[in-house]
Amino acid sequence: MLYRILAAAGLTVLLALLPLPRWLWLVPYLVAGYDILLGAFHGIRSRDPFDENFLMAVATVGAVLLGEYQEAVAVMVFFQTGELFQGYAVGKSRRSIAALMDIRPDVANLETPSGEVTAVSPDELAVGQVILVRPGERVPLDGIVLEGFSALDTASLTGESLPREVAPGDEVISGCVNLSGLLRVQVTKPFGESTVARILDLVENSAMKKSRSEAFITRFARVYTPAVCLSALALAILPPAISLLLGRDALWGTWIYRALSFLVISCPCALVISIPLSFFGGIGGASAQGILVKGGTDLEALAAARTVVFDKTGTLTRGRFSVTEVQGEAPRRALELAALAEQYSTHPISRSLRESWAGDPARHKVEAVQELAGHGLSALVDSLTVHVGNRRLMDALGLDVPDAQGTVVYVAADGAYLGCITLADLSKEGAVEAIAALKKAGVSRTVMLTGDSEEAARPVAAQLGLDSFFAGLLPQDKVTRVEELLASKPAKSTLCFVGDGVNDAPVLSRADVGVAMGAMGSDAAIEAADVVLMDDDPRKLALAIAIARKTLSIVRQNIVFSLVVKIGCLLLTALGYTNMWWAIFADVGVMVLAVLNATRALKAPRL
Amino acid sequence: MEKIYNIEVCCPNCAAKMEAAAQKVEGVSSAAISFVTQKMKVSFAEGADPAAVMPEVLKVCRKVERDVEIKF
Repeated sequence: MLYRILAAAGLTVLLALLPLPRWLWLVPYLVAGYDILLGAFHGIRSRDPFDENFLMAVATVGAVLLGEYQEAVAVMVFFQTGELFQGYAVGKSRRSIAALMDIRPDVANLETPSGEVTAVSPDELAVGQVILVRPGERVPLDGIVLEGFSALDTASLTGESLPREVAPGDEVISGCVNLSGLLRVQVTKPFGESTVARILDLVENSAMKKSRSEAFITRFARVYTPAVCLSALALAILPPAISLLLGRDALWGTWIYRALSFLVISCPCALVISIPLSFFGGIGGASAQGILVKGGTDLEALAAARTVVFDKTGTLTRGRFSVTEVQGEAPRRALELAALAEQYSTHPISRSLRESWAGDPARHKVEAVQELAGHGLSALVDSLTVHVGNRRLMDALGLDVPDAQGTVVYVAADGAYLGCITLADLSKEGAVEAIAALKKAGVSRTVMLTGDSEEAARPVAAQLGLDSFFAGLLPQDKVTRVEELLASKPAKSTLCFVGDGVNDAPVLSRADVGVAMGAMGSDAAIEAADVVLMDDDPRKLALAIAIARKTLSIVRQNIVFSLVVKIGCLLLTALGYTNMWWAIFADVGVMVLAVLNATRALKAPRL
Repeated sequence: MEKIYNIEVCCPNCAAKMEAAAQKVEGVSSAAISFVTQKMKVSFAEGADPAAVMPEVLKVCRKVERDVEIKF
């Protein structure tokens, strides 16, 4: 193509310098544009003529008939140059998006039962087989570490720059890069179901889900081209006809030339390409930050978010109780006895007690553990009768205990009150900043939903600066609350629900935008949500909204810019202030600028 | 049933037209083309055989753009 353009340009210069017959101009014209003419002919034959080939063909053939040979050659050469440049720009931005998502592993090192290692394609591996991942290599499939210690770089999946330490027994997720040590990994999922394949699927599919702006432009394009073509026809016929009627000179040539320029401007491609490209850039840029967005519509909805509803546990808080305070005369002893008495319990509170105590249970004798339903439990710890439980248990024992706020465990030994332990589900690191960033981004209402008690929820909501919270909710209550909030949200805005993907699939799908957090490896959450945050950092939500806003503003810029330039050029052409060169800029130039603008969406904004 | 094919199409407006044309093919319940990823997603109607339907889809797409390629 480049050679054809150069040849046509060379011939043009030659013809301009030498005194040769004018019909020879047809040679560079055909060199530059024979395929356009063929394409136009093809379009006419299949009764769908309104494409750019047709427009260029009519415009240039018209120019030739008017005797404007140079103009016809110039239009062809510039049109083809523009096409070439456009193809390059589109290809370049496609490649840079693809490079962001270059997490597809090429080979896996399969270890055969006999101990040999062979390189195979990751999709040939079966569950249960053992692979080796060397330092510097990408983990090809999800699996469990059998042997070896290393640090994994999860940046391409989560955007998190801190490496993650892994040891035997840990799960590893495909797409991570092994940084330091050799790992022997047992495959737990076939390639098609592994994290990498799912992410790539999701992002590639996102381009198929048409956004509202895209649908609007497609509809617009369907009307725009025929409308401009008809105006061109009118421009060619009406003014000269009126002049004739008024007894003036018709100036057919001038008006037909202007009409032909119209045709050059009429191609809607700049709009049609730049909008999906902007969305795809935004989605690609987000995925590099560990934010997976399922489609352009979701990006649009995210940008309009004014109400954000959080599930508490696992989203704003760590989902793990920690001992925050031990009161009483012998706090250390109270904690020790509570931890020992609860050592066989699987309740999360028991686990936090044991963690907080951090002693060795094997050095103590615990027997006769009795669950007291709704109260707590009793046990013999080193032959001492210990009661561990709530206020009601203490009341039942006839003990007078001090009042305490929040989640509290009371401890009594040999029928005497020993102390009380306060536990809390601490808010996540970054949760305070996340809420502040959302407020700054124009989110007017932040709400927390939780199944926990009001006492447990209130301090968290206050600490984070949330507008309101609803506590003591059953899963179905959450749906009802979200529906109420949906009904009361500001007009034209959207409601975004953020959950950890566990048990909240109905709410995720009911909200305008369902965001699943910390979903690395959780299939159910990836299915149900519109936006998936790969790690569990709540600050990523504000970043996701910022990316969505930036993408949408680029889309709007492109729509406005292309339309203003095109309509402006159409008007100026109709009035005769421009020539075909301007028309080419309005067509090809605008498209290239819009495509370049679209590639800005790739870069995530700073918060 | 849904399948994704690689497609080579060089004009975004043509891609939109092909999408509309492909949806009218018998056996296709919906079709979407992403110009950016150069992929075409076709949902086939109940009982339709993709191997029989796709040549027809290619044919209607070729009417829009002569040199389009779909790999199936």
